[in-house]
Amino acid sequence: MATRLQPVPHNQIELNRPLALDSGAVLARPTIAFEAYGPLNAARSNAILICHALTMDQYVASTHPLTGKPGWWSKVVRPGGVIDTDRYHVICANVIGSCLGSSGPASIDPATGSPYAMAFPVVTVGDMVRAQAMLLDHLGIERLHAVIGGSMGGMQALAWAAHYPGRVERALVIASAARHSAQNIAFHEVGRQAIMADPDWQGGDYYASGRVPVKGLSVARMAAHITYLSEAGLTEKFGRQLQDRDAKTFGFDADFQIESYLRHQGISFVDRFDANSYLYITRAMDYFDLADPHGGRLADAFRHSPVRFGLVSFDSDWLYPTAESRRIVQALHGAGAQASFVELSSPFGHDAFLLDSPEMWRLMAGFVEAGL
Amino acid sequence: MSAPPLRPDLALIAAQVPAGARVLDVGCGDGTLMAALRDDKSTDVRGLEIDPANVAAAMERGLAVVQGDADRDLADYPDDSFDIAILSQTLQTSHRPDRIVDQLLRIAPRAFVSFPNFAHWRIRLALLWGGRMPVTRLLPVAWYETPNIHHVTVSDFRDLVRAKGIRVEAVWYLSGDQPTGDAAASWRAEHAIFLIARS
Repeated sequence: MATRLQPVPHNQIELNRPLALDSGAVLARPTIAFEAYGPLNAARSNAILICHALTMDQYVASTHPLTGKPGWWSKVVRPGGVIDTDRYHVICANVIGSCLGSSGPASIDPATGSPYAMAFPVVTVGDMVRAQAMLLDHLGIERLHAVIGGSMGGMQALAWAAHYPGRVERALVIASAARHSAQNIAFHEVGRQAIMADPDWQGGDYYASGRVPVKGLSVARMAAHITYLSEAGLTEKFGRQLQDRDAKTFGFDADFQIESYLRHQGISFVDRFDANSYLYITRAMDYFDLADPHGGRLADAFRHSPVRFGLVSFDSDWLYPTAESRRIVQALHGAGAQASFVELSSPFGHDAFLLDSPEMWRLMAGFVEAGL
Repeated sequence: MSAPPLRPDLALIAAQVPAGARVLDVGCGDGTLMAALRDDKSTDVRGLEIDPANVAAAMERGLAVVQGDADRDLADYPDDSFDIAILSQTLQTSHRPDRIVDQLLRIAPRAFVSFPNFAHWRIRLALLWGGRMPVTRLLPVAWYETPNIHHVTVSDFRDLVRAKGIRVEAVWYLSGDQPTGDAAASWRAEHAIFLIARS
């Protein structure tokens, strides 16, 4: 049984400037973990920032240190690939609040010498992006050729364009939204309540106890995982097939393949993710609404934006449906910004952006290369 | 990279669009006209296109194209957000061509509208003698699978814009891809291109 995440080394830097958070709190010396690929050119003009989704990490194109699996977009980000690391300097940073090397609830609070746990300040997508901007300052990269992300990564890409329009040439936003819907918040709340209902959560202060909320985090992951798929995809992959048995057992073991699959997804997640980080990052996503500071007028977030926007949705994604991308497109029209949008067809729901999608890859390559 | 020559109606429209204009190409296909306007006229051109494969092709050319349906999605564009709207070979595929014309002139003060003339003599003859829906060079698909659901003639379109109080600034007619005069255009034009404007 897992106790806590294996400590593994990450490529990380401690920033020597404070990070002021949207909540009003301040992280005095935030740590940012990141991976970088490909050479930065002399003009420092070929940098592409890739922003990761909720449970992803900076290991976009390198082996995950805990799971040993290849990077989550290793087919996309590689030499000669869709995002060609022979020609672009690709950076992917672990978001703050996460647990793969950037400051988060599992980090040591310098004030106490113990992990922050729930004393870690609540962070927002805006804070994640501000931390990334500080990282780029540190690396001496003023302007990005592109910022690209799917799901929560797409939220960061939008936030980059909204908050730093002068630092972003183009933003590619895949399977994402400019705000979290009531349904999105609802699913996140189910996950958080599952974690907090686990006695091993211990008010978040579990790090020294030798027990972690395995069951709570597993259930949270199981519930969330359903939202990443589609009914058609589940039916195609699992249907009503039984798991390693010929007949129903008239009990509550995992009779069905889908049950077994979800249990595996839940339990393996615990080995690579911190339960408190899951609370913090889902909260950040729930708070996300780019129109909120503009009286609900999303167009005002992008007024006269010079950024070139590309938006992609998938027709079977009911978590971040096409309507959310269209809403962004409407706002960009209203703002006079340059926007492209396409809905791709896939049976795989929200997860489609992480799967092999030659259509999406062609679009990505075209968007990244356009005008060069 | 030399671009292939534009379709004759698109070449005619491209020649009329002033340099530097803000242009919306409705039903832009793979962005051929948009690319020409961007590269030759330095226009700020945007597109709307229903077919995702076409949108993808246009995005790969670095064009700003949004996937959408002109019948529904033109409403998303603010008033006067463009100088010129272009609707080429799309009017006859829409559910409500009259409302599309309204939208074009809400979004931009002037619009190019081009369509195949259903009163061309070949079509008239095909109906008269054949008694069947014509299949021609510009209308190459059989009636049951054609996207062209609102066939329109030069006279029909003139009636529509007159009824709406819309000004016709110019009209060009094509026959066999060559310009043809006003005389008997209703019979002789295979293709008409109207430049319309708010009165």
